[in-house]
Amino acid sequence: MKTANPLWKFFCSVQLTIVLLLSLALTSIIGTVIPQNENPDAYLHAYGAFRYQLLDVLGVLDMYHSWWFQGLLVLLTVNIVVCSIDRLRAGWKLIFKRRPTVNPERFARRSDARTVNDKRDVETLVKAYEPLVAKRFAHCQVVRTGDSTAIYGEKGRLSRLGVYIVHLSVIFLLFGGLVGSFFGFEAFVNIPEGESIDTVRLRNTGQLHKLDFQIRCDDFSLTLYENGAPKEYRSALTLLENGKPVKKKDVIVNAPLRYRGINIFQSSYGKLPPDRMNRSVMPTPGPSDHYTLSFTSKTSGMSYHKTVQVGTPVDLPEGLGRFLLISYEAQADFRGMDVGAALKGIITPAEGQPVDVLLPLKFANFDKMRGGDVVIAVTGQPGGSNSAPPPAEARYYTGLQVTRDPGVWLVYSGFILMIAGCFVTFYLSHQQVCIVIEKQNKSSRVILAGTTNRNKLAMQNGIDKMFTAMTNA
Amino acid sequence: MSSSQLLSIATFVFALAAFCYIAALIFKKPRLTQPARWVVVAAVLMTTAGILLRWVESYRMGIGHAPLSNLYESLVFFSWTAGSLYLFMEFKYKNALIGAFVMPITFLAMAYASMSPNINDRIQPLVPALKSNWLIAHVATCFLGYAAFAVAFGMSIMYLIKSGSPEKQNGVIGHIPRIDVLDELTHRMVLFGFLFLTVGIITGAVWANSAWGTYWSWDPKETWSLITWFVYATLLHARLMRGWQGKQIAYLSILGFAAVLFTYFGVNLLPGLHSYGKV
Repeated sequence: MKTANPLWKFFCSVQLTIVLLLSLALTSIIGTVIPQNENPDAYLHAYGAFRYQLLDVLGVLDMYHSWWFQGLLVLLTVNIVVCSIDRLRAGWKLIFKRRPTVNPERFARRSDARTVNDKRDVETLVKAYEPLVAKRFAHCQVVRTGDSTAIYGEKGRLSRLGVYIVHLSVIFLLFGGLVGSFFGFEAFVNIPEGESIDTVRLRNTGQLHKLDFQIRCDDFSLTLYENGAPKEYRSALTLLENGKPVKKKDVIVNAPLRYRGINIFQSSYGKLPPDRMNRSVMPTPGPSDHYTLSFTSKTSGMSYHKTVQVGTPVDLPEGLGRFLLISYEAQADFRGMDVGAALKGIITPAEGQPVDVLLPLKFANFDKMRGGDVVIAVTGQPGGSNSAPPPAEARYYTGLQVTRDPGVWLVYSGFILMIAGCFVTFYLSHQQVCIVIEKQNKSSRVILAGTTNRNKLAMQNGIDKMFTAMTNA
Repeated sequence: MSSSQLLSIATFVFALAAFCYIAALIFKKPRLTQPARWVVVAAVLMTTAGILLRWVESYRMGIGHAPLSNLYESLVFFSWTAGSLYLFMEFKYKNALIGAFVMPITFLAMAYASMSPNINDRIQPLVPALKSNWLIAHVATCFLGYAAFAVAFGMSIMYLIKSGSPEKQNGVIGHIPRIDVLDELTHRMVLFGFLFLTVGIITGAVWANSAWGTYWSWDPKETWSLITWFVYATLLHARLMRGWQGKQIAYLSILGFAAVLFTYFGVNLLPGLHSYGKV
């Protein structure tokens, strides 16, 4: 389409598309190398003040939401829209015209046209060839002009629309994403077992967001595989409105709870910190021949409780090695410092050298300092002389992701259009074929040629087959 | 026999196929490609059996799941897909010598899976996030895409070797298929790969939306799959709209496959949801 508007011309160009696609690809890499949306302290530590400020000004620390990245996406969108309108205007007639205007000359002049002479007259040949074309092509018509007759066949004209469907799908995706970011939210919340909440914390800004209903976590349960890896975490949730339960569901990973446009996903779990556990004060235990220890895995964050006999090695959970409890010491010291009563043991990791560990009974977090894969703490002494009540069973909290995204249906429609459009564009084609029959002195000259907008190799094969069929007809 | 043993043997069968094709090319014995084709068939069948057996084994262990869950299983599946796709192409387009450039890739993937000390070939239980039927749809489509891009990559390399002296009739180069055929087949493979990469990204997004409530979170793996998608989208636009052909397309196809490799392996070096752990 010719137009004088230079802006239109600029957005019409496929060079622009190529430049934009490659720029998006290149700049996207940055965001995968530089961690996104982290705590400023982490950046300051990693890059120093100057580089941190520079990166921050450039918007690289939240680059997928930065003005320039979104700007590239907007440019691409405009480019897609303008290109599509421009090409669709040019191709509109070709695609939607009821009866195509056939120009047999165009086919007869093609360099790949095949020619053969036949003794039969034009009418006989038309009768012989027309079924061949009609069989292979959805549309078939005979065009007579002067002393030449043409049989024209065509199919897959609408497949030319495939590319516009793909482009439309991209618009759907971008628009759906926009709707989601304006009218939706993404938040998380931790709920201790037995408690309920009605506010959640937004992921991007950290602000609190109030829900129209309450979420109560009735129960959280965790099942493990034999090797200690989590198998399933399940939260029994009840939604309450004005104190009345309106919906109940067990939520597990991959099976969320959906209620009035809001989705609640199981995303994490944890143990309540000790100060939130209703635990009675434990007297310092004296020497014994067995102790209850807790082993907290650094990688999974899980705590395991085990009763350990002095002198009998035990296997650590999650394959982290073995632990041997050596002795109880009433007055232990650590680098010259008196830490009071403590247990001594040896940990043999799955890989590496055995390490001595000291577990003062007064300082439960002491072993964290060692920085090992597992943190050991003394939690109880079941056989001890003082009959303190056993510590209450650990309470869990459930970590939920709470989201609302009114743009999802647009995005999903975009997905469907994208797949359908790609398929049509790549695997269907608009094929045209023409057999031109010209009257010679005592015979007829037959010219066969075809064109296609895609997959020329397959079209050539089709023409070859048709030519063989014609010589036999 | 355990699935790991069966798959180790399949690795050597793939190696044999690669050897036959390369020998056919170097010693100018196109007849060697005839047995080579059946060696590939055998390798693909053995890998199929290995994958199915592994599936059964996981059920026997009580943690049944499709064998598509870690780096080992995905590499095996990649080789299986690339091998099957190659066979399809050889039977359809009758260009056996392309195998000389495709079979080494499938062999290397299998060998890396079975022999690298860093890759664990034990059957492991699925973590909660992977327990979904989307796992099969997502992984299978992604790897169909990756495999098609790998075949296109092999042909692009051939194209660049051949394009130095396209008219040469003898020698190794003389036996490489014609450049216009390579160009067209590369394009067709990229189309196939692009369709499946698209479906793979989409099934991944739908899965993420059902597991975490966000269909897109700019996780490094997601971002890299999008980068790959952009590169191949560029290739298709350059070809269809600007008429790029031959070398330009071959270079873009190689660039695209580099992006595929980074999406597959490099991302493990970056933090994110998809890390298979240390490579």
